Amino acid sequence: MIIKILVMKMGKLSIKRVALSALLPLLAGALWTGGVAQASGGGTREPVEVEWSFNGPFGHYDKAAVQRGFQVYKQVCSSCHSLKFVAFRHLGEKGGPFHADKCPAGFPDNIDCANPVENPAVKAIAAEYDIVDGPDESGDMFTRPGTPADYFPNPYPNKQMAILANGVVPPDLSLMAKARAGGPDYIYSLLTGFEEAPDHVDIGPGVYYNPYFPGDLSSAIKPEYLDEHGHPKEGIHVPEGGVLKMKPPLVDNIVDYADEEIPETVDQYAKDVGQFLMWVAEPKMESRKQTGLMVLVYLLIFGGIVYASYRQIWSKDEH
Amino acid sequence: MSHESNYVPGSAIERFLDKRLPLIRVASEFMEFPTPKNLNYWYTFGAILTVMLMVQIVTGVVLAMHYTPEKTMAFASVEHIMRDVNFGDLLRYTHANGASMFFIAVYLHMFRGLYYGSFKEPREVIWMLGVLIFLIMMGTAFMGYVLPWGQMSYWGATVITSLFSAIPVVGDSIKTLLWGGFSVDNPTLNRFFALHFLLPFALIGVVFLHIWALHVPGNTNPTGVEIKSKKDAVPFHPYYTVKDGFAIVLFLIMFAVFVFYMPNALGHTDNYIEANPFVTPVHIVPEWYFLPFYAMLRSITFDLTIPFTDIVLINSKLGGVMVMFGSIIILFFLSWLDRAKVRSMRYRPWARFWFFLFVIDAVFLGWLGGKPAEQPYIAWAQGATAFYFIYFLIILPALSMFEAQPKGLPSSISEDVLSKKAKKQKAIESSIQPAE
Ligand code: HEC
Ligand code: HEM
Repeated sequence: MIIKILVMKMGKLSIKRVALSALLPLLAGALWTGGVAQASGGGTREPVEVEWSFNGPFGHYDKAAVQRGFQVYKQVCSSCHSLKFVAFRHLGEKGGPFHADKCPAGFPDNIDCANPVENPAVKAIAAEYDIVDGPDESGDMFTRPGTPADYFPNPYPNKQMAILANGVVPPDLSLMAKARAGGPDYIYSLLTGFEEAPDHVDIGPGVYYNPYFPGDLSSAIKPEYLDEHGHPKEGIHVPEGGVLKMKPPLVDNIVDYADEEIPETVDQYAKDVGQFLMWVAEPKMESRKQTGLMVLVYLLIFGGIVYASYRQIWSKDEH
Repeated sequence: MSHESNYVPGSAIERFLDKRLPLIRVASEFMEFPTPKNLNYWYTFGAILTVMLMVQIVTGVVLAMHYTPEKTMAFASVEHIMRDVNFGDLLRYTHANGASMFFIAVYLHMFRGLYYGSFKEPREVIWMLGVLIFLIMMGTAFMGYVLPWGQMSYWGATVITSLFSAIPVVGDSIKTLLWGGFSVDNPTLNRFFALHFLLPFALIGVVFLHIWALHVPGNTNPTGVEIKSKKDAVPFHPYYTVKDGFAIVLFLIMFAVFVFYMPNALGHTDNYIEANPFVTPVHIVPEWYFLPFYAMLRSITFDLTIPFTDIVLINSKLGGVMVMFGSIIILFFLSWLDRAKVRSMRYRPWARFWFFLFVIDAVFLGWLGGKPAEQPYIAWAQGATAFYFIYFLIILPALSMFEAQPKGLPSSISEDVLSKKAKKQKAIESSIQPAE
């Protein structure tokens, strides 16, 4: 009964007014609480948007850049970071940086360089690595040069040694470009973004400040910049980002590129290693996009045909 | 099936079969099934869902041939699929995005049902089977997401399975049973894999019942007026095979854009980090399709006590679980909550208004589910959760009482179609003739 009366009363109101009155409390709530929603830390800086060659539906890897990025990984990052889901043979697969459609002139006919396991560049790269294998007949482990079928070896024999050297296990890089918000943009920004920590924070030893690395430095503000309640004084802000245990790995001229045209700068290294890590995380991206194009063209044509049949079939009825 | 069959077995084999196992007769009845001639594109999601179930099963079975349900190997085996299995990346991306597409379709399908009153007499059983399908789908997708054994897999599984311990008396035993031990671990992964493989086939069974039940009274339609004469209906084939077919192709185009051009857009980056029981992600969030329910779960931050005492009747954890499951259980009773005789909200302006508010509320809840569990989001989620239940428990029953008089309800489907056509014709004529 009560409901009926209520409902009858409601019936007299206009829908617009009810809508407004329903939305008002929501709006008021938003305004009231909006002020409370301030984050406590300094936030994290948005990664720089790099114009990667692989962006967009027709994007593809810049093969030379991936190769240079591999060089950076090998000469710099690989001393700390593993690449455990990547085998040397992957480098020579279709879409990989060392893939060859056919062998250079002068190679014997029985070698198929398109096959990653026979690809001479891949074999040479693999052979530069020492792989622990075994046990042999006498039960001992031994070290041998790598083959294309081997995976990139871990720089540390075990977790404990990685922690001993770095304070933390350096993360595996096989999926890094997909495992962080921002992906390759984040990697580039992180590598180029190391800065002196601002004067008003004390980050302590063994860590390095980076505004792109997620963290919260509100407890690192030096006591002289805090008021009696422990809040930052007027004009003092919690810096963006956080600190990590990776020393800035890149400096200018640390890697010697064969191509004289390419600058040997931190910025260029970071872009190249970003390309490489994206390829490492998504080795099938190029072929996926190509297949996608064919699939879409097919679906569009097929859709057109189905639509035409639809119009034709329905035109028979009095519609 | 409730209509007369025009099937006449043509050949000797057909006549033989027709007396023994009338498969062809059933199929032909299915194809001839009289279907309202005014179904719009909101009615194509059923066919789209059937296709999506098939896509998930085909890709899933092939994935299962290469996947290893063991905690030290699961993550690596998914990477093996991505890197070494022929077309493995497409298989996995199709399956992972397929789950999202499945849910997009099911939500639109359900909103369609809510709007056009598809759950009303005599279609209550169809609707309830649909809710059951939805529940099984949710269980399947939840367990599937655990299989790649990434950080979100592991922590999502931990958060959701821990909820069961809120149930009084038996809760802890249920949790231990789900885990197969004392935390999410290898036995959990094994049983989730077995169930994830099994449940889609159970779904086929329920879908079959759902469609069977549909073929007793037939489809509703946007007017909500039942078929009254032959003029109101067309045979399912070719009219709706071609219309559904077109919608399926459009849907597949959207699906393909995700699979081929942004395969990770709907996923979470943390799931590319292998599960680590010692590192908790900053924000544990489920897949997008669970977010509205997750928001409701987390909105209950208070205990329910006996007034003026400290005796807790329902603690906040159990409260959250009850609200979350209640939000789906309530759907089983929809047919008895909205009792309005007029099916379609087309002719119920009030119901329509509240329906759209409800849709906004559901989307808002989804957005809140992705936010951290802090103010003001909790307060908003409490309001939105309250509205969710008020909509079903108060607004719909109240509306069915006072909005008895439909606005402009046509007397038949044909009348509606013809008047629409006349209107369109008029509009065309007036646009051709310059205004005086
Ligand atoms: C001296 C050892 C060392 C070298 C060399 C090194 N890193 Fe690191 N890196 C680390 C450590 C340690 C961490 C973990 C930092 C932490 O979590 O505090 C790390 C973390 C990272 C991260 C992850 C940051 C995050 O969001 O968690 C990326 C990306 C990264 N390194 C990329 C690189 C690249 C690219 C190179 C080569 C140019 C490189 N690193 C060279 C030690 C190293
Ligand atoms: C209702 C249909 C189904 C849904 C909604 C569904 C959903 C999912 C989801 C969300 C994942 C996680 C994807 C990821 O992030 O990687 C997954 C993984 C998986 N599913 Fe399914 N699935 C369904 C049917 C099936 C079937 C029928 C099988 C096998 C018979 C199957 C086998 C697998 C396997 C092996 C994985 C792990 C590989 C991977 O993570 O990609 N699925 N499923």
